[in-house]
Amino acid sequence: MASTIVTFELGDDREVEVMVRPMTTLQTVLRNQLGLTATKEGCRQGGCGSCAVLVDGEPMLSCLLPVEDVAGRRVTTLESLTPTEGLHPIQQAFIDGYAFQCGYCTPGMVIVAAALLDHDSAPSVDDIRWALAGNICRCTGYGPIVEAIGAAAETIGAGQVEEPR
Amino acid sequence: MNDPLNVVGRSVERSDGIGHVTGRTVFASDHVVPGMLHLKMVRSPLHHARIRGIDTSDAERVPGFVRALTAADVPHNRYTILGLIGVEPEEEFVLAEERVRFKGEAMVAIVAETEEAAYEAVAKVHLDLEELPAVFDVEEALKPGAPVVTHWGNNTFMYEGHPCRRVRLGDVEAAFARADHIVEGVYDTSPIEHAPTETTGCIAVPEANGRYTVYTNTQALYFSLDNTSIILQVPGNQLHFVGGTVGGGFGGKVDVIVEPIATLAAMKTNRPVRYVYSRAEEMQVSSTRSAWRIYLKDGVTADGHIIARKVTSYADSGAYSRQTPYALTKHAANAAGPYAIPNVSIDAYCVYTNRQPTSAMRGFGVTMASFALEVQMDKIAELVGLDPWTIRFLNAYHDGDMKPHRKLAEDATLIETMQAAAALVGHDLAPDLKAMTSAPRGRRGEESGRP
Amino acid sequence: MTKLRGTGIAAVNYPTGMNLGGDPSQALIHATTSGSFVVSLSATDLGQGLKTVIGQIAAETLGVEFTEIVVDTADTDTGPHDMGTFASRATHRVGNAVIAAALEARQALLEVASEELEAAVDELVFDGHCNLMVKGVPARSVKVADIAALAQFKYGRTIAGRGSFMKPKSTVDPETGAMDPDSTEAHACTVADVEVDTETGEVRVLSIRSAYEVGRQVNPALVQGQIAGGAWMGMSHALYETTAPYYPAPDHSPKDFSEYLMPGPLELPEIECVVLEMPSSNGPYGVKGIGEMTANSPIPAIVNAIYHATGVRIDSLPVTPEKILRGLDAKRATPS
Repeated sequence: MASTIVTFELGDDREVEVMVRPMTTLQTVLRNQLGLTATKEGCRQGGCGSCAVLVDGEPMLSCLLPVEDVAGRRVTTLESLTPTEGLHPIQQAFIDGYAFQCGYCTPGMVIVAAALLDHDSAPSVDDIRWALAGNICRCTGYGPIVEAIGAAAETIGAGQVEEPR
Repeated sequence: MNDPLNVVGRSVERSDGIGHVTGRTVFASDHVVPGMLHLKMVRSPLHHARIRGIDTSDAERVPGFVRALTAADVPHNRYTILGLIGVEPEEEFVLAEERVRFKGEAMVAIVAETEEAAYEAVAKVHLDLEELPAVFDVEEALKPGAPVVTHWGNNTFMYEGHPCRRVRLGDVEAAFARADHIVEGVYDTSPIEHAPTETTGCIAVPEANGRYTVYTNTQALYFSLDNTSIILQVPGNQLHFVGGTVGGGFGGKVDVIVEPIATLAAMKTNRPVRYVYSRAEEMQVSSTRSAWRIYLKDGVTADGHIIARKVTSYADSGAYSRQTPYALTKHAANAAGPYAIPNVSIDAYCVYTNRQPTSAMRGFGVTMASFALEVQMDKIAELVGLDPWTIRFLNAYHDGDMKPHRKLAEDATLIETMQAAAALVGHDLAPDLKAMTSAPRGRRGEESGRP
Repeated sequence: MTKLRGTGIAAVNYPTGMNLGGDPSQALIHATTSGSFVVSLSATDLGQGLKTVIGQIAAETLGVEFTEIVVDTADTDTGPHDMGTFASRATHRVGNAVIAAALEARQALLEVASEELEAAVDELVFDGHCNLMVKGVPARSVKVADIAALAQFKYGRTIAGRGSFMKPKSTVDPETGAMDPDSTEAHACTVADVEVDTETGEVRVLSIRSAYEVGRQVNPALVQGQIAGGAWMGMSHALYETTAPYYPAPDHSPKDFSEYLMPGPLELPEIECVVLEMPSSNGPYGVKGIGEMTANSPIPAIVNAIYHATGVRIDSLPVTPEKILRGLDAKRATPS
């Protein structure tokens, strides 16, 4: 079958045009064609969340997303989320809270956290845990990640986070 | 050394933190190399079979197919990774020869221009296999008449003439005879997958100077390089292994499985070759923690001293050795636990079955021993009418105690660690337990209390 | 119908180093003329933070700031031999190799400074920041960065060091098992609290509280990382994980994360710990190692807690709801 051209927005400032064979995933396009390797490849089964990106602000698993489905939409990867100077508050909170070990799940975690805090500026601990339910981490035991996201919410000026149950 | 310390003891920020949170950290398969080929593996669909034939003619017609590699293409196909530390014999195959011994065993490496072409070609390789009886249980594998997995005729690794690693201290049978109680237990554990978020993989790249660079997520760079050198029969200085940041290891990336065949493929095609496990391969093919079956028999006095411990352990090595023979020796050095027991007998078997091979995992040889021992300790406590804390303090080892493998204990701190845990949870220990230390017995007028 | 609570304990040891020894690690250190010190290794960082910890050990031994250390690993063309990161060996062996290399580099620094400042080597002190000075005479001092440049351009000397650490390989007596398997032992004691649902057989781990004795913490935050991650992994092993759900039968082996179960952020217990430091005689700054031990004691502690809660003794892993329900059924069927 013939390739097609797909155009989408990448982050805030870039329009991307790629030529793809049918059913090429967004993950493949980002990593192999655009060299944007922050989006990781953990399972290609939709089971681990390390490939998560934002599409029009919603977290989606890029390993299951045909790139045709993002035509005309905005895709935000971890590269787009990283400011030109300094770090995003979520990124800084992860560093301050030692919320990573091997770092492989971290991009997906940051992306999902960004989507959460965009929707809910004062999530409870349980809200954060629910938001991360689709992201696998094998190293940290999740606790430090949940805490870092709570700290980031506070930094972003969102107010108090509920005490855990 | 320098006291007070300036840097050691401080929670400094991780030096790789910025890379991790921005996604700039480079993992093995993040390297995008132009002209890269993709390697996918044809794997045995059967647990145990004789190979009668392999036909790649249909696979070769798939558009994008580049090369198929079989056992004949591998210069030194039969190897064992622990050969580097003197463990024999060589018994695993880069690509299966004559027989397959587990479902998922690598048989034919297919190299193609794209992953899709590689997968399609893999599906079109025809295997002519004669199924053989298979064995999956460690004790079944040791019975006469069981299917034989190894090429040396019995299903155990041989430890200098013995079918198991042995530890013998004192006389357990005599101690059992005078013990007030005998406590027995059988403990079974499951094979466990490392499940790192990053799957095992590498990219082998031919360099301008005739050498090969291998980007890999191995936990042991030189271990992988040296084994690759032996398997490919090239001098080690032709190989350049690059790695260093592993997306989760846990012992699962020390088996040198992907680098040799990927490098061979790069040599045979003169192109970079990428070989990265899919998640299904990581779960079903890559090595796991062994399942263990551990028999414990303890001789205990009425007042709760363990005077004899007999351990018979079976580790399920799966179809090949990998690191498991080493694990049984490490297990034997720890299978009586951090306790002072004067009579100990340990028989630790590395057993072969037709299962995916097992290898190192976090706690190798000790994790499941600790499970068995600590559940056993609670059983003993209940039997003699002591609480779980007291039974452990009573039997805890001290510095200077003879361990079953005849090394005198040093850096023993079990007692202090238990005291700290009790304090943390607000459990009030009896005064004599609070006063205990790991200091050598006989010091400070302490009764040894050994029967 | 009921939720039953129970508490269980476990106490364990864990050895440091590749079993039987014979697992060397080497390190090379050199100063650059911009004032940094490069530590060249082949050791791999699995995420535990080895690169950071090694940087700390190098900085401590050299007498400089952590920020002046660059840890370069892993490349077999530039890094000297290392056995690998496993067996809780890395901080211990690589740390010791780095200390040896740093001491040699430090001595080279002192010798150049001694010439430059016209003072004996034993009259010089590091101020713990960026300077070497004559004891008691702060005016006579020189920046460490400047020494490296001076060494190169004025004295034609290198500021470098080499180190190797190996515990010699032990044999094993085939009859008695006599051997010297490890360099030192770390210890852990875990108290687990669980709640068992007698209708579904599900176990909720309420808390995992532990004491760890690790010799020396190079970076306490990273030690906490191992503790939290290990507690989670231990709980996961105890209750969920298996590649052969009907072991020894090989059927139904999982191929994705929906089948290979591990607890998620909604299953987290409270994790509390205390860390003891009783330095080992042979570890760098007394380090013993912690990477593997933290997953071990939670497993039997949880299993013992389940027995305490329900009276059901389970001797196989993972402890699935099915095993608990069968155990409860068997208990009910047996007259007490």
